[in-house]
Amino acid sequence: MGSVLAISQDRLKSTGTETKRDTAYGSFAMAMTATEKLLARASGSSAAKPGEVLVIEPDVILSHDNTAAIAQLFEQLPHRRVKYPERLAITLDHAVPPPNPGHARNHQAVRRFVREHGIGNFYEVGRGICHQVLCEEGLVGPGLTLLGADSHSTHFGWLGAFSAGIGRSEVAALWATGELWLRVPETIRIRLSGELKTGVTSKDLTIHLIGQLSSEGASYKAVEFDGGGLNSLTPDSRAVLTNMMAEMGAKNAWIAPDGVTWAWLENIMRRTRAHDCRERLAYFRDNALYPDTDADYAEDHHIRLGCIEPVISCPQSVDNVLPLSEVGEIPVDLGFIGTCTNGRLEDIAAAAEVLRGRKIRARLLVIPASSMVLRDASAAGYIAALIDAGATVGTPGCGPCMGVHMGVLAPGEVCVSSANRNFRGRMGEPEARIYLANPAVVAASCVAGHIIHPADLL
Amino acid sequence: MSANSHRIWKYGDDVNTDVIFPGKYTYTVSHDPAELARHALEDLDPQFAANVRPGDVIVAGRNWGNGSSREQAVTCLAHAGLRAVIASSFARIYYRNAINNGLLAIPCPEIVSVVSAGDVLEIDMENATLIWDGREFGFPPLPAQVRDILDANGIIPYLQAKHL
Ligand code: SF4
Repeated sequence: MGSVLAISQDRLKSTGTETKRDTAYGSFAMAMTATEKLLARASGSSAAKPGEVLVIEPDVILSHDNTAAIAQLFEQLPHRRVKYPERLAITLDHAVPPPNPGHARNHQAVRRFVREHGIGNFYEVGRGICHQVLCEEGLVGPGLTLLGADSHSTHFGWLGAFSAGIGRSEVAALWATGELWLRVPETIRIRLSGELKTGVTSKDLTIHLIGQLSSEGASYKAVEFDGGGLNSLTPDSRAVLTNMMAEMGAKNAWIAPDGVTWAWLENIMRRTRAHDCRERLAYFRDNALYPDTDADYAEDHHIRLGCIEPVISCPQSVDNVLPLSEVGEIPVDLGFIGTCTNGRLEDIAAAAEVLRGRKIRARLLVIPASSMVLRDASAAGYIAALIDAGATVGTPGCGPCMGVHMGVLAPGEVCVSSANRNFRGRMGEPEARIYLANPAVVAASCVAGHIIHPADLL
Repeated sequence: MSANSHRIWKYGDDVNTDVIFPGKYTYTVSHDPAELARHALEDLDPQFAANVRPGDVIVAGRNWGNGSSREQAVTCLAHAGLRAVIASSFARIYYRNAINNGLLAIPCPEIVSVVSAGDVLEIDMENATLIWDGREFGFPPLPAQVRDILDANGIIPYLQAKHL
């Protein structure tokens, strides 16, 4: 592993401080997909074949409210010290602000761990959801690798990173050793062409895909998107795709960094890390990896974006998909706009557009994915439009997404949500029903009191 | 019943982590073995936690454990005394969590359609075979690195032993 590993460690350190890498990584041993290249490099090797088990050193290790539970596992290990504290990134986001003393104590234990181990990349209650915050903070970017104690860690692929979810024990092991075994996945390629029609969003595209390929359609596999159709997808809407590939069973999902990606990174890092924005950007540019044109894919799919219609995931599995036009008149008790899937500025803007000048009949809960999203939505007047329509706006974080607090359902209630999961009991109450749709549909449904597309609102 | 004979609990496809271990407990119930075991499969089969016996196995359909990465969905079963989950297929993170917490997770679609709840099967790890009613069903053996972790009863004990 010799020299390559040394380079890779320099590269890893840069989560905290910049290290310029002047050795070209251009020499891979064979034609590879982006995922294969990213894993090969993270394991200090020049090649990676599907099925092979590699030991990789990720650049970033993500955890959230579960950090305290991981710390308890970590304390059972003889290592005592976190090997690379600068690679950890920790957010408080799942139960924020803490709804009861148990959660408050949990947050306290997380802060204690952060202090004791000198974790610099720590984000407090109210900053937002881990996946959104780490992107905004420029901690993850093209060519980097992340392993996270959260199943939606597939998210970061929209920035051209390799990122996958793992369990708590594995994170404890990673803190101690800096490395972990991974099986190199087969890669599914999904080519997108054309443009989405008006009133159709990347949420519809994503739900459509999961409906077509099923909730285990990408089990253990990587999903790489490419094709000209990506050009028309905004940064906010790209993240929906990679985030929700977790619901197709994918290990990771990936989109090639392009002009849209670079512009987003530059704009956001000017705001969050003005002091080293240029260096960070240059670092990402050096590290970005792209698939070979003759790489081997396990499956190839082609989607014409223009053929996608508004769709909805019906209870109680994400791949239980119907065209919105066939769902019938379903009364709604609560609409929820938020989460790492669809709680960004674009989503709140879409809801505000539907709600401006209207009143809601069903309750509507809007929880921005981050403090930055909340700030921007507020500056743009979206929050005012939501509140005037009768919506409730909550603290940035996960909200009721996983059924812990702040908007959970009562038995028999129906929620139409912009989140990613509609499993039985997901929002706390097993006898509640959850439908998943794009944010404009959620907003329109709250106006009508039943599930409806905004184009059909009177 | 010999130590190698395992009574079967049978479930269907797509049993997700929210019904194996409800999300509402994930930050309040983390390590207490009895408490974890008490909530096992709470929203799917309330009979399970009350009646599971040490050495029992679950046989289930496709995509067992899809959803959240919460490890309690593995440890609640392990603490309930479950020996193994045998399924047509597993969700990726669940499968990793099982190995890393020393719970046997055996992908074996062939056996799923033939066995019933209450039947008894045997597990032969050496030959990577399940035996039911005199019939044998093979399953893919684990790579050596991964088997070491499982044999150590999980990644934490594995690292503890390795560090010595
Ligand atoms: S918003 Fe929901 S899916 Fe996303 S990290 Fe939070 S709990 Fe998980």
